[in-house]
Amino acid sequence: MAAPEVVAPEAVGVRTRRLEASSPRYGEKAIKALLGLCAALSVLTTTAIVLALLGPAVDFFREVPSGDFFLKTEWFPTQGFFGVLPLVVGTFNVVLWAMVFAIPIGLGSAIYLSEYAPSRVRKVLKPMLEVLAGIPTVAIGFFGAYFLVPLLRDHWPGSFLGGPPGFFMAGGAALCVGLMIVPIISSLSEDAMSSVPGGLREGAYALGASKMRVATRVVFPAAFSGIVASIVLGVSRALGETMIVLMVAGNRPAMTLNPVEVIQAMTAYIGVTATGDIATGTVEYNTLFAVGALLFALTLVMNMISIRFVRKFREVYE
Amino acid sequence: MVGISVSNDTATDEGQRAMEDSADSGEPEIVAARHPAIKVHTEVRQPETTEDHDEKTFELRNVSVSYGGTVAVRGVSMDIFHKDITALIGPSGCGKTTVIRCLNRMNDLIPTARVEGELLYYGQDIYGPKVDPVQVRKLIGMVFQKPNPFPKSIYDNIAFGPRAIGIKGNMDEIVERALRRAALWDEVKDRLGENAYGMSGGQQQRLCIARCIAVDPDVILMDEPCSALDPISTARIEDLMQELKELYSIVIVTHNMQQAARTADRTAFFTVVSDEDTGSRTGALVEYDRTDRIFSNPSDERTENYVTGRFG
Amino acid sequence: MSSDIERTSGRARLAAGGARSATLGALGRQPGSQVLRNRIFFGLIVVALSIALLGLALVLIDAILKGRNSLSLDLVTNRTSPRAERAGFKVAILGTLYLIGFMILMVVPIGVGAAVYLEEYANKQRWWNRLIELNIQNLAAVPAIIYGILGLAFIVRGPLDLGFILFAGSITLALLVLPVVIIASREAIRAVPPSIREGSLALGVTQWQTIWRQVLPAATPGILTGIILAVSRAMGEAAPLLLLGATTFVTFNPQPFSDTGYTALPVLIYNYATRPQADIREVAAGGILVMLAVLLLMNSFAIWLRNRYEQRW
Repeated sequence: MAAPEVVAPEAVGVRTRRLEASSPRYGEKAIKALLGLCAALSVLTTTAIVLALLGPAVDFFREVPSGDFFLKTEWFPTQGFFGVLPLVVGTFNVVLWAMVFAIPIGLGSAIYLSEYAPSRVRKVLKPMLEVLAGIPTVAIGFFGAYFLVPLLRDHWPGSFLGGPPGFFMAGGAALCVGLMIVPIISSLSEDAMSSVPGGLREGAYALGASKMRVATRVVFPAAFSGIVASIVLGVSRALGETMIVLMVAGNRPAMTLNPVEVIQAMTAYIGVTATGDIATGTVEYNTLFAVGALLFALTLVMNMISIRFVRKFREVYE
Repeated sequence: MVGISVSNDTATDEGQRAMEDSADSGEPEIVAARHPAIKVHTEVRQPETTEDHDEKTFELRNVSVSYGGTVAVRGVSMDIFHKDITALIGPSGCGKTTVIRCLNRMNDLIPTARVEGELLYYGQDIYGPKVDPVQVRKLIGMVFQKPNPFPKSIYDNIAFGPRAIGIKGNMDEIVERALRRAALWDEVKDRLGENAYGMSGGQQQRLCIARCIAVDPDVILMDEPCSALDPISTARIEDLMQELKELYSIVIVTHNMQQAARTADRTAFFTVVSDEDTGSRTGALVEYDRTDRIFSNPSDERTENYVTGRFG
Repeated sequence: MSSDIERTSGRARLAAGGARSATLGALGRQPGSQVLRNRIFFGLIVVALSIALLGLALVLIDAILKGRNSLSLDLVTNRTSPRAERAGFKVAILGTLYLIGFMILMVVPIGVGAAVYLEEYANKQRWWNRLIELNIQNLAAVPAIIYGILGLAFIVRGPLDLGFILFAGSITLALLVLPVVIIASREAIRAVPPSIREGSLALGVTQWQTIWRQVLPAATPGILTGIILAVSRAMGEAAPLLLLGATTFVTFNPQPFSDTGYTALPVLIYNYATRPQADIREVAAGGILVMLAVLLLMNSFAIWLRNRYEQRW
């Protein structure tokens, strides 16, 4: 790749002024191709994921009518019941209550950090929230199973929502998942709000608006697309969470949105089935891929929506 | 001398009168070029060369550059001479930077750029099919408007080029020689290991000149090298250019016409031509001559307006 | 062009909305109730932040309280065991080290290479390059367990058919964190100003040499930060490994390329944590503390690195 020797000028009598390449530079072209392959690996990975899911899923749907899968309400594959709704509803149970917790907490934190906090305070508190994002989910699941749920159980108000929870509790998982998601919402929303030009705020302040009004009526609408993107991303993350629901929400499918009850999430089902002793290739085993395909489709839709909102946000400000 | 091809506006009365005027005077093509009603595609009159700088480093023939369909500069024809300092002056948007970036194929870096016309370097077509832009840039170096030293030590800034290109030889000597030629050696010889960002703006720019010299080019292109510097640093670099002229041909773009008047052997004046129909603005070469003539006795009225400060 | 119009009209719309709202607010309410509403609002958002931080604190404190008894050198030197007094994480730590080690070897060249391609070589207008970018954005948000399925189908079985070996887990983790490395590296490379590249190219240096000798060295602190982020993420992932054979209760040191079984730190923590005996759950809590300590160290190092070597252009 190095050019042939060019000797220090004084030694050369006549200058060569040739403009053609001194060497064909195959190395450069090879490197570009190699790097392109590295980038193309991402497409390969996505394709592989789709194939990994689709193949067995197609086998599955050959044996189980899709009407049964999507509409029936009993999930007991070893006994021949293939209605996926309990898993979906169970997952939704956790995700719903997680967002009910995470959205106000996340947005409130974001508004505080972006509009109210003095910069010294912000410098300390923002990284602290990010720490929350870095805690491994097993640790949060452990916290949920052995601190949070027992706490809730011990202090449960009578038979509210059907009585105190047992060992597993969808709502407990929801709180943990929500806590895990708070940094996603707060960080991205705060970024979105900080990107709103200062001029908009200052104009409003100059007209006599209070901080609250500026935050809620000026900054929030301006950053809305970014905020929605963060929430959608949070939902996507919550949908895909495995360890927390495994440890806290339980492993019994149930068609309920009641946070007190035990449910089984799609991710938990996948985890349990893959590590269980069902023979590969059977329709019971292929349920893993069918549920996985459904999960992948759901998160994919969420991600595309989120990307769309981020783009919309960027369009106005960049 | 040169031929002129005159386009159709001689049909108008004005044009007719202008042609008669020009025929009367001794310099028909120049007078014709002066009149706005006549669109003239002339090759600019080549000045007589009284020194031995008569080898042509660059020959431009009807060079036009467009960026994605919009023509930035059109129809530039001029010869740049060996070991001259050639200045390109004119108001902003007239294409001088675009033209200079063609000379070392830096416009290749802009995907939508298209260069038409002929551009010869010592007789070779710079844009020929077998030409390697990397090789071109080894021979034709560039110093940019804002000093852009690398985030390395002073020594490594200079040594980077020779090392990367494969120049063998005593690197210490190469670095010292480059720094001496850039009039920077005495100031930095004791701190070659320091980060280049610690230097002042003027020193950084001289470092960039030294860096450019270290790969032993033929030509140094300078794109408004002093516009980000204070007057004292500017003066030092102008002095430096006179020294560098002994070894390198220099082409300098400057928006400061006094700088051109002070330093350049030949000066090319560009302007912006507005097309009334389309509203598009295109750069064009108006006049190219020895500097003393451009400034004291320009042939084109537009040149005269610019150099006397009436506009631009 | 039209996006410019959209942008300016978007901004104008927002500005007008803000002005309208501010004026209405200033003219509409009486001072007293307004102050009260402001205070309540402020109180609410501070409470929100406090709840988040309280949650963080509770997670940490609970782990400390439950795990402090098991904190000893034995914790990291004991093998896996169902008996709490003999249980430790040595096997799991080794497993994690192997997993992450191989992962780094794979993910750094490929991830940085992809980032270099996308930033320096790719023509951003071409459809296949945009497809690549879209893919990376999507892959960054695919749930970890789906990567487990991918590994199960293609690496453990399928074409690669490596079996349930640790190396297969490494490959899967590498695929999982690849988007993180690519995105972080792209940011770092993008931060290098174009003037540096121009200066290098104008000397007659080739594009790859410019990248290798100027751009990448300048972008290294940012790239390293990205790698540390990726490693932090991978260290804590248990879900995909569950599908790839890491669940067996392994009591001996892992062999990366044989299917005698392996485990990783988060997986073993999960294993210990889901046992009925309270004393072995304390071991799990101890493991959590070890893991958190390592993560804290790594991320502090990343922050130090970023502060020390951050280039101010």
